Amino acid sequence: VHGSVVLLELGGVILGLGLLGRLAGRFGLSAIPLYLLGGLALGEGGLFPLVTAQEFIEVGAEIGVILLLLLLGLEYSAAELLTSLRSAAPTGLVDLILNFTPGLAAGLLLGWSPLTAVVLGGVTYVTSSGIVAKVLADLGRLGNRETPVVLSIMVVEDLAMAAYLPLVSGLLASASVLASVRSVGIALATVAVVLVLALRYGEALSRLVFSPSDEALLLVILGLAMVVAGLAQRLQVSAAVGAFLVGIALSGQAAEAAHSLLAPLRDLFAAVFFVFFGLQTDPGSIRPVLLAAAALATVTAATKVATGWWAARRAGIGQRGRWRAGTALVARGEFSIVIAGLAVSAGRESDLGPLAAAYVLILAVAGPLLARIPSPMVALSRRRAAAAARTRGEERADVSG
Amino acid sequence: MDIHETVLPGVGLRHDFTTKAGRQIGVITHRTGRRDLLIYDQEDPDACQEVVELTGDEAEALGELLGADRVVEHLADLQRIEGLAIDWLAVRPGSPYAGRTIADTQARSRTGVSIVAVLRDGGPIPAPAPDVRLEPGDTLVVVGTTDGISALTDLLGS
Repeated sequence: VHGSVVLLELGGVILGLGLLGRLAGRFGLSAIPLYLLGGLALGEGGLFPLVTAQEFIEVGAEIGVILLLLLLGLEYSAAELLTSLRSAAPTGLVDLILNFTPGLAAGLLLGWSPLTAVVLGGVTYVTSSGIVAKVLADLGRLGNRETPVVLSIMVVEDLAMAAYLPLVSGLLASASVLASVRSVGIALATVAVVLVLALRYGEALSRLVFSPSDEALLLVILGLAMVVAGLAQRLQVSAAVGAFLVGIALSGQAAEAAHSLLAPLRDLFAAVFFVFFGLQTDPGSIRPVLLAAAALATVTAATKVATGWWAARRAGIGQRGRWRAGTALVARGEFSIVIAGLAVSAGRESDLGPLAAAYVLILAVAGPLLARIPSPMVALSRRRAAAAARTRGEERADVSG
Repeated sequence: MDIHETVLPGVGLRHDFTTKAGRQIGVITHRTGRRDLLIYDQEDPDACQEVVELTGDEAEALGELLGADRVVEHLADLQRIEGLAIDWLAVRPGSPYAGRTIADTQARSRTGVSIVAVLRDGGPIPAPAPDVRLEPGDTLVVVGTTDGISALTDLLGS
């Protein structure tokens, strides 16, 4: 009987997520906010609390984070990351300052510990590369001249995550200052060593791992990523970064084949991850933080638009392209939740989970919508030009009359 | 014509250039083999007015349609060089040189024409050595003066 209940609950959850995904697709929106709402409805204090499927969802959520970061790593080769970093470093720095600071300041204003405020800074800093990629493809903007600017900002953010995640998980795990300095040192050293190894031996590893059989390739790469993630977890480097580094190390044929094989698995487990985050959040705890979340969302939407605007102008892009680059970057999603999830599972600050959930709910919906709105500056200058033309016409009419 | 290459991290490569008439066009080569043909907006040169998605096969077909004329043009250019002609001569089964070597024809010393390739069903032989034996059904690609080529045509009896 127990087995049938698990199947019913799990099947119901997955079917529900599928329907939500379809609904989101119909409106050209990201499904992430709907998955979060689904999780909220299924958790304690929600509409339909789950009884037995919790355990599977918890493990599934961990696999979801690993797959999200593994596939992110597979998108880029180590060489591509380093070239982008070199050319986009100033932009990346502006992005970090403009978008990390509001979260950090908000955390401190709310009276949270400095560490939790740093986590909130991470939540507001990182743009959702999943949503951005979808928006750019949906709106046919991959060929636009501002798109390389947007993509290189995403690359730098992803690299920053590779340093930020181990740093934060090291800090969250250790009690004393000395212990945290040591664990952060270990974490960053591990990341640096793996990156260098990936650059030097990535091709050999890819050849070793590659197999023409889809089945074998899928199992080997998934297994490898999970083992490395587990080892990273043990070293307090964060499982997510372990998986990311495996993705970076793989390149060429192995990376491409693995990407297409693992993408459906990622979609399934990432959805489970968003549900799990929703499950952990008590819907009743969202209302008190809603105002703070809305204010933070407004400020950090503006700072992302400013970041994209500045970066695009630096690349010689016109007014309209600058606006498009800025608005494309507004969406926050999966990685904000991954970062918040680190602190939530470490049992820090009970308001962080609800605030991050509400914040992502707002910006995952607002981001893609904002990206569709044409630049208000251009509309304004057009109206001015039209008005000026009309006045000139009237003057001419006066003269001839 | 300057073709710009831009890396799109996680997507692939973009190539674009400006035509003589001032239009900007480009192509995105996705890692998956998909190609996007881009036509930029004249009013907003940073945006695409039209994006046409092409599969690998479609892109190849389009490339051939656009490129085939270019190959013919190149050959025509070559033929326009004063006093130089290219021709394709068939070796008929009744030709006196069918079954004999290129050296036997003494084509170069007798007519001043060079045999630059032998086209054969089993695959072409570029820059054939003098000891290559001509077979009935071969086609010879020859370069020389117009007079030389017509002399060689008579010689081969084709």
